[in-house]
Amino acid sequence: MARSVVPVNGTLRWPGTIAVGLALVFLFGPLIAVLWRAEGLASLSRADLSAVWFTIWQAAVSAVVSIGLAIPVARALARRQFRGRQVLVTLLGAPFLLPVIVAILGLLAVFGRAGIVNSFLGALGLPDVSIYGAHGVIIAHVFFNLPLAVRLILQGWVAIPSERFRLAAGLNAPIWRVLERPMLASVVPGTFVVIFLICLTSFAVALTLGGGPRATTIELAIYQAFRLSFDLAGAATLTLVQIAICAVVALLAFAITALDAMGRGLDRVVARWDGSVWGDFAWITAAALFLLLPLVMVILRGLPSILELPSSVWVAALRSVMIAMVSAGLTVALALALALRGGWLVVVVGTLPLAFSGLVLGAGLFLIVFPFVNPSNVALPVTALVNSLMALPFVMRALVPSVAQVEAQYGQLADGLGLRGWARLRIVLLPRLRRPLGFSAGVAAALSMGDLGVITLFATGDRATLPLEMYRLMGAYQMQAAASSALVLLGLSLGLFWICDRGWRIDADA
Amino acid sequence: MFKTHLMSAAGLCLCATGALAQVPVLTIYTYDSFASEWGPGPAIEAAFEAECGCDLQFIGNGDGAALLARVMLEGPRTDADIVLGLDTSLIARARQLDIFADHGVSAAFDLPVAWDDPQFLPYDWGYFAFVSTADVEAPTSIAQLADSDLKIVIQDPRSSTPGLGLLMWVQAAYPDDSAAIWEALADNIVTVTPGWSEAYGMFLEGEADAVLSYTTSPAYHIFAEDDQSKVAWAFEEGHYTQIEVAAKLADTDQPELADQFMQFITSDAFQSAIPRTNWMYPAITPQGGLPAEFQGLARPQTALLFPPDEAAAVLDGALEEWRAALSQ
Repeated sequence: MARSVVPVNGTLRWPGTIAVGLALVFLFGPLIAVLWRAEGLASLSRADLSAVWFTIWQAAVSAVVSIGLAIPVARALARRQFRGRQVLVTLLGAPFLLPVIVAILGLLAVFGRAGIVNSFLGALGLPDVSIYGAHGVIIAHVFFNLPLAVRLILQGWVAIPSERFRLAAGLNAPIWRVLERPMLASVVPGTFVVIFLICLTSFAVALTLGGGPRATTIELAIYQAFRLSFDLAGAATLTLVQIAICAVVALLAFAITALDAMGRGLDRVVARWDGSVWGDFAWITAAALFLLLPLVMVILRGLPSILELPSSVWVAALRSVMIAMVSAGLTVALALALALRGGWLVVVVGTLPLAFSGLVLGAGLFLIVFPFVNPSNVALPVTALVNSLMALPFVMRALVPSVAQVEAQYGQLADGLGLRGWARLRIVLLPRLRRPLGFSAGVAAALSMGDLGVITLFATGDRATLPLEMYRLMGAYQMQAAASSALVLLGLSLGLFWICDRGWRIDADA
Repeated sequence: MFKTHLMSAAGLCLCATGALAQVPVLTIYTYDSFASEWGPGPAIEAAFEAECGCDLQFIGNGDGAALLARVMLEGPRTDADIVLGLDTSLIARARQLDIFADHGVSAAFDLPVAWDDPQFLPYDWGYFAFVSTADVEAPTSIAQLADSDLKIVIQDPRSSTPGLGLLMWVQAAYPDDSAAIWEALADNIVTVTPGWSEAYGMFLEGEADAVLSYTTSPAYHIFAEDDQSKVAWAFEEGHYTQIEVAAKLADTDQPELADQFMQFITSDAFQSAIPRTNWMYPAITPQGGLPAEFQGLARPQTALLFPPDEAAAVLDGALEEWRAALSQ
């Protein structure tokens, strides 16, 4: 992301400036509204401080473990071609797109007290293993974020032109040192920041798998301040703490991010010769088992009654798909405008949304909207917009390096030809950005599908989204119908992601 | 000439909107599961609209605490005419807002405790309880549960109503050694979930022997799934009680309709919708009695309940005790 500091020559900057303004208004406006209403800040209690430390610790460990595992998996996927690889890459992304509660129940079906692992251990006469505790929090966060890490790092790998691999092979140069390590040095810090920030605002996962109040995160403390004592000052203060942590970690990471643009290639698929085939397939199999087994459990749980779902679930599903498509279009437009603009503000806007508590954002938007319109009437547009903002950090991570690379490789040529403005965007950039743009739209759509987000505060009445409808079913004891709704949600999220990710692409190598 | 036409056209428009506006709207804020398709909302809406000549709109908001947060965010300008779905642990804070009026309804409530609050009118109630399966040997008290090897899932009092209920239950039943009870319970608690749904889902998936819920939970399984295997443990020290209430906003723009609805809450039409949709006890037993599946449920000997002010007073200390005991 540090590369976005370099703006793209000869393209339009003003749409990006508008996007920056829009994002800043929609992030800080609500926070200021909450602070205004709260009439100031609060001091942190001892319990808050221990929540801050636990939060930072678990987020850092989760990010390090996720990336440490993602590097060999991404390398294995980058250098092996096999039947079904494409489907596998998409499926491996699924945990990231799941609503939290579905993922937790899926994980517990595998690692829980009555899960597959313990049944297996029991059959062998071995003692049970418990998933609840700090390690459970890490396992769950790795489950959620390994797919994202693999995807982002894999993009780094496939972005290395095949010509360079050939050149390295011809010169008998060490690939790891001349090609892969520099690529990782440029991709890993940004990936670390995103995963760290996702885990920073984790709440249900940390609490449920952490086994109790030991695993209190800042987000839960915000929840407590808001609900239990309606302490808006406390909630806003804790949000500022999250933003401060986010800023420090992002600055540290960007400071060590390496630049990488060595020369142009012809965008061809690389055929690799190095590494152990069996080692690579062991990594791929292990990751697939870890990530897909819980999904299989979600599918098995949901399948039996999927045809008996009440019609309201399908209506909610349609509504969610529409919000997701609006949100995806908006995200891609915002992200492209931002990526072309460049500048430090873009880095801020592309990172910061992750540090914002959804609860505080929702409360702030509510305070802003309420004097003018009935919040229920604007719930869906607000949801689409907030979902877009929340997807920006992921999308920017994929888009910005690609834009920088296209510019590094074709910028001089385009300048020489006098291509500027829309023409440059249309002729030079867009054709080369199809892959990251498709991925961006897919991620934005899928994230929007699964997100409960601000919609809960805005009380949509009969205009529920699919995740909300699923929670309603659970609240009405209808766990079987809820499990089937979860399967519908999983299918739609993956389907939307698949269509965007594949449909926008000219080549099919990643 | 043209101007006159325009004027009469405008007049027609005004008449049209006037005619539409003649159906008054009564807005009731409630929690999401009350308003949802599977909650009591739709049946109650139909029954009340049949007699009021009005449009009753339920607006669902998360759970009881989220509902109160919404009312607090909106302040005195709230669009709500009635707030329905607060419980005894939220009443003290709701009263402080000073936005609710006396309901003026008197009725013979079938509640386990005496009730004479002038502002907050009860519409249903239940006992918190641990729900388990019949094949598990049931403990007879919280202390015995704490001594056993049984595994339970509970909800976080900071984010969930039943979680808060258990916190109060331990305080009310063991006022002198609540901290020791929590310490002894710590090794029974598989995990703490943010809300009821996660915990109940985990119990049904076999993650724990029991889950914190209500004595009425088994009735759902009997009625909807013909499953007799779920039971609620009856504890000899008594069970903490949840009473859910409704209140009228003092500056509602529909005072007569609001009064009519508050009275309607005590009617058979309202009360008979409660058991099989909200899975709680109606505040006034309907004429036909309770549904069959409610007959065999565990009925605790003692109902525990802090008055609203006392509940607010013990909250902070109880929460710190809970956090300390479970953080070790």
